[in-house]
Amino acid sequence: MRNGVKTWLPGLLLVSPSIVLVGVFVYGLIGRNVYTSLNVTRNIVTDKIVNPGGYRNYTKLLGSDDYQHALWNLLVLTVVFLIGTMVMGLLWSVLLEKGARGEGFFRSVYLFPMAVSFIAGGVVWRWLLSPAQGEGQALGLNQLFIKLHLDGLQNQWWSSPSAFSMAAMAMPAIWQLSGYIMALFLAGFRGISDDQREAARIDGASEWKIYRHVLFPQLSPIALSALIILGHMSMKMFDLIYSIAGPNSYKAMVPATLMWTQMFASNDKVAAAVNATILLVIVAVVVVPYLIYTNRTEQEGR
Amino acid sequence: MTTATDVIPPVTTTGHGAPGSRGSRRVRGIRYALLILFAALVLMPLYVLVVTSLKPSSDVDPSSAWGLPHALSAEGWRSAWDTLAPPLWRSVVLAVSVAVLSAILGAMNGFVFAKWRFPGSHIVFTAFLFGMFIPYQAVMIPLQGMMIGVESQLPWFTGIVKLIVVHTIFGIPICALIFRNYYATAVPTEILEAARVDGAGMLRVFWSVVLPVSAPAFVVTMIWQFTSAWNDFLFALFLTTRQNGPVTYALNELAGGQNPDYPSIMAGVLIASLPTLLVYIALGRYFIGGLMSGSVK
Repeated sequence: MRNGVKTWLPGLLLVSPSIVLVGVFVYGLIGRNVYTSLNVTRNIVTDKIVNPGGYRNYTKLLGSDDYQHALWNLLVLTVVFLIGTMVMGLLWSVLLEKGARGEGFFRSVYLFPMAVSFIAGGVVWRWLLSPAQGEGQALGLNQLFIKLHLDGLQNQWWSSPSAFSMAAMAMPAIWQLSGYIMALFLAGFRGISDDQREAARIDGASEWKIYRHVLFPQLSPIALSALIILGHMSMKMFDLIYSIAGPNSYKAMVPATLMWTQMFASNDKVAAAVNATILLVIVAVVVVPYLIYTNRTEQEGR
Repeated sequence: MTTATDVIPPVTTTGHGAPGSRGSRRVRGIRYALLILFAALVLMPLYVLVVTSLKPSSDVDPSSAWGLPHALSAEGWRSAWDTLAPPLWRSVVLAVSVAVLSAILGAMNGFVFAKWRFPGSHIVFTAFLFGMFIPYQAVMIPLQGMMIGVESQLPWFTGIVKLIVVHTIFGIPICALIFRNYYATAVPTEILEAARVDGAGMLRVFWSVVLPVSAPAFVVTMIWQFTSAWNDFLFALFLTTRQNGPVTYALNELAGGQNPDYPSIMAGVLIASLPTLLVYIALGRYFIGGLMSGSVK
């Protein structure tokens, strides 16, 4: 630590406006939201208790069918989205990492959906994932399947009756974010010195073995970062689902969209606050250990 | 640790294995086939957008949905532009203001966290970072109430003004991170020490030594914030209305009608996405720089 208050105090002063703003708007509002979530509320007309207050508001939401349905959807969405995006991103980076002619072009193409808003992407994907089937009806991908004589592939996508229908909702998300993961992995590959490959090659290792035992292990910190980023994006994904399925869709409901329904369709602010608090806890469980871990490794590296 | 200016470095060697051999040529063929296939898949929605936006709205036959338009029509573009032009300008004001304000705050914070630490600055920084990851749903209900409260006192505090304030504040963490990572590597501590020995105070050091070399971090931060303010929908939905909201709000309204006019909707998507796409095409390497710093490490 530097010598004396006189040296560091100006620094603290320069950051203090931001400390106040983050303190109030992030931590203060989180506190306020948790406080709201504990309230007791009654139905205005019947005076029956809607939210019993305290922790029972939480057990009420956690036990409700709607919320469990939303959690299940979130799980399906997250698993398919994470696997799909990681596999695509890694595959693209492997295809590009040795340098290909036109690399810049492919990189830009793969990454461009990241520059588009989820709302704009969602509007297109709503059309692509239109549930209508059969000649004269089908739009989007179903129509494309008909054109390609792959009629059997037609399906109702996210609105199909299957319990796993949210897997279809992961498609637009994979489309938007695979390029980002590719960029992360590509930077990782380029950070590995060529000598290591050469050494392994001289030892007679096959290309696959070089990836498996030399390159991939060194990418694992990047893979961890990528998983955390994608995971927390998936937990709070709202725009895309809202835009594709519309507001108040039961079929495509996840906690983030259920919160919208609670707030505006059911006019139950307390239940919405409970939902939001649980969402925060889920994200924090993933993110806080990661932040502590990166903070510590950085301290050690200094 | 990834710094703000890191972009993907180029390959250091030219190809591997014997370049002319038959095996490697086959591998390269497969590689290109896959690259082109994936590029086509990624571009497919863009094809749909462009083709559909140029069709007359009478062309509603689903079976020709993937075909090129029989006759080109500007109808869709014109009607989308009429609907989206006012919110589009509001989004320009929003995104530019947020970019500028965020970058100024980010430079100040990043400088302190990297080069002028105070006791506990680490903990404060980590607390900031957490703010970057929170689901905004967790603050949305009280935030909405608070914003309505301010609006009742200050009538001009509506729509875009609200969003400028909110995006600037919730952008503080990421901007502090980008600048901190940049300063940690781009500004040698020795230079600062030398300036300090010469009697320069903190503001003087920041102004004359640090700011003049900050351009890359400014570009990265401003692009990042421009894009996120432009693309945001959640805050817009909770804090603005159809009359004073940004373009994402208007686009969602345009697309959500009962009888979808696809040419107009698809043209609307293109219009609403064009500014960020242009930024991406023109300043792609800085865009990637921002993405990289989002990954903390």
